[in-house]
Amino acid sequence: MLKALKLEPEKCTGCLQCEMACSFENTGAFNPAKSRIKVFTFHDEGRFAPYTCTQCDEAWCMHACPVEAIVLNMATGSKDVLSDVCVGCKVCTIACPFGTVNYEADTGKVVKCDLCGGDPWCSKACPTGAITYVSADESGMERMRAWAQQAPRTAGAQPNPPKAKEVQVFNIPQQGGH
Amino acid sequence: MRHVIIGAGPAGVVAAETLRKLDPDGSVTMLSSEPEPPYSRMAIPYYLVEQVGEEGTWLRKGDGYFESNGITVRSGARVSNVDTEAKQLGLEGGDTIPYDKLLIATGSQPVIPPLPGVDREGVHTCWTLEDSRHIIKRATEGARVVLIGAGFIGCIILESLVNRKTRLTVIEQQNRMVPRMMDDRAGGLIKRWCQDKGVTVHTSTTVKSVDEGSDGHPLAVSMDNGESVNADLVIVCVGVKANTQFLDGSGVKTDEGILVDRYLQTSVPDVYAAGDVAQGLDFNTGEYTVQAIQPTAADHGRLAANNMAGYKLKHQGSVNMNVLDTLGLISTSFGLWMGVEGGDSAELYDGDRFRYINLQFQGDVLVGGSSLGMTEHVGVMRGLIQSKVRLGHWKDKLKNDPTRIMEAYIACTQAIGHNARVLTA
Repeated sequence: MLKALKLEPEKCTGCLQCEMACSFENTGAFNPAKSRIKVFTFHDEGRFAPYTCTQCDEAWCMHACPVEAIVLNMATGSKDVLSDVCVGCKVCTIACPFGTVNYEADTGKVVKCDLCGGDPWCSKACPTGAITYVSADESGMERMRAWAQQAPRTAGAQPNPPKAKEVQVFNIPQQGGH
Repeated sequence: MRHVIIGAGPAGVVAAETLRKLDPDGSVTMLSSEPEPPYSRMAIPYYLVEQVGEEGTWLRKGDGYFESNGITVRSGARVSNVDTEAKQLGLEGGDTIPYDKLLIATGSQPVIPPLPGVDREGVHTCWTLEDSRHIIKRATEGARVVLIGAGFIGCIILESLVNRKTRLTVIEQQNRMVPRMMDDRAGGLIKRWCQDKGVTVHTSTTVKSVDEGSDGHPLAVSMDNGESVNADLVIVCVGVKANTQFLDGSGVKTDEGILVDRYLQTSVPDVYAAGDVAQGLDFNTGEYTVQAIQPTAADHGRLAANNMAGYKLKHQGSVNMNVLDTLGLISTSFGLWMGVEGGDSAELYDGDRFRYINLQFQGDVLVGGSSLGMTEHVGVMRGLIQSKVRLGHWKDKLKNDPTRIMEAYIACTQAIGHNARVLTA
């Protein structure tokens, strides 16, 4: 079963251990600037949000690549950059609407999350469980539910709290009852 | 069902692959006017500096990829006419090819300005692999090269020419570099950046003619400022035009490119168009324009193929966008980067450090943006534009600090707010 990174910002303390682990695993150095997962800070709200590639199904980056340097990893479902094929044209960096494919000037290539080949170090390094590697179905459903809860409402609209509603109870006959 | 695709660029190749998946019983034939395997013009700058070989420019890499996927590729096949009544193509040399569904993905070709001497030996466009081979031969160390036009293509090959250690002069008619992609401030910074790297740049300057050179250089380029510069190689990059000449008499209507509807179908049933040759819907303006960019070509190819295979898919419009690397200075532009009437903008300019970002809003929705010297998370500008996310109070935050586009996107689209707690409750 395909797994995905489940990101839960409300559990993130902004410790950046994911960025340290990611950069070390992928470049051999502790250098958050090279991390493929980033923790975004919202200081005025006291919040942190880890964010990285969602490995989308019809990946924009993959379809936009002119030299077939971004390919589907059949084992993990991730979209991987083949750095020996990548020419560094950067079209994928503007095609990705999530901003999670980035160009690195020192290598002349683009980089993105590849789930560390199915054993993502960010989730192993996270001490608070804000990043977990779980069944893809589960992470998608919960993400949708959480988003639905805080969807922006048009100006002036009232929030829509659950209203008292008549609950229908169906009396299901008990099997083998009296 | 016989699917025929004219053109083997990104739009044609994506369409062929999509048709193969959606219509496994049909035949897919792709015609290429060039002798090469399907390749990407986007990779040419990297071929020019020999970072990749010719095979590095190929759109699909595996040996026999197209054959083994049931796609027939005919290289060197130039279409001379399309008979939409009889549903068949005529090839130069006399062959005919019948079709049930036709996709025109013939792309564009460079415009050759009507300059005296433009037909001299040593004057080249930079568009095909064949052009590149000529350029590689002449653009040797110390050679004098004159680049006419500093648009997108001119700027993207500029780095290759500098890396080949040529002595480069760039001449642009408009007042700045990449005038159709960047505003005055960003275009000005790119010019200064190039000059700092030893490139001679003339803007607001028109080329009058290409003449015979002196001091052992075969060519000389005369400008309207009275100057003339010797050259061993002249590269003309003044723009491109859609390849539609062969459609005369076919009934397929054209304007700037081929006119298409929301399903990428042309004015003639069963004839579709995609990529640089198609005048498709622009996401931001709602108008039909030729965008001539790689991501739009790929979008068009997939959509057209769906519709050809009978799976109706409506085009929602493509966001115009570009990314350019000019001697290591990276610039991007998205959507309505020049702004809209009655709109609002946010800007941060640090000329000394070659950093710039400009955001354009309509109400509290991002409609355009451009950046210079930024490589982190630039794609999110596309995301914010195309999803029309209402930024709310984040618009003010962006006006204070437009570099926080990624935070704005996350805050406005991801569950990080108070309600996210329902997850853990």
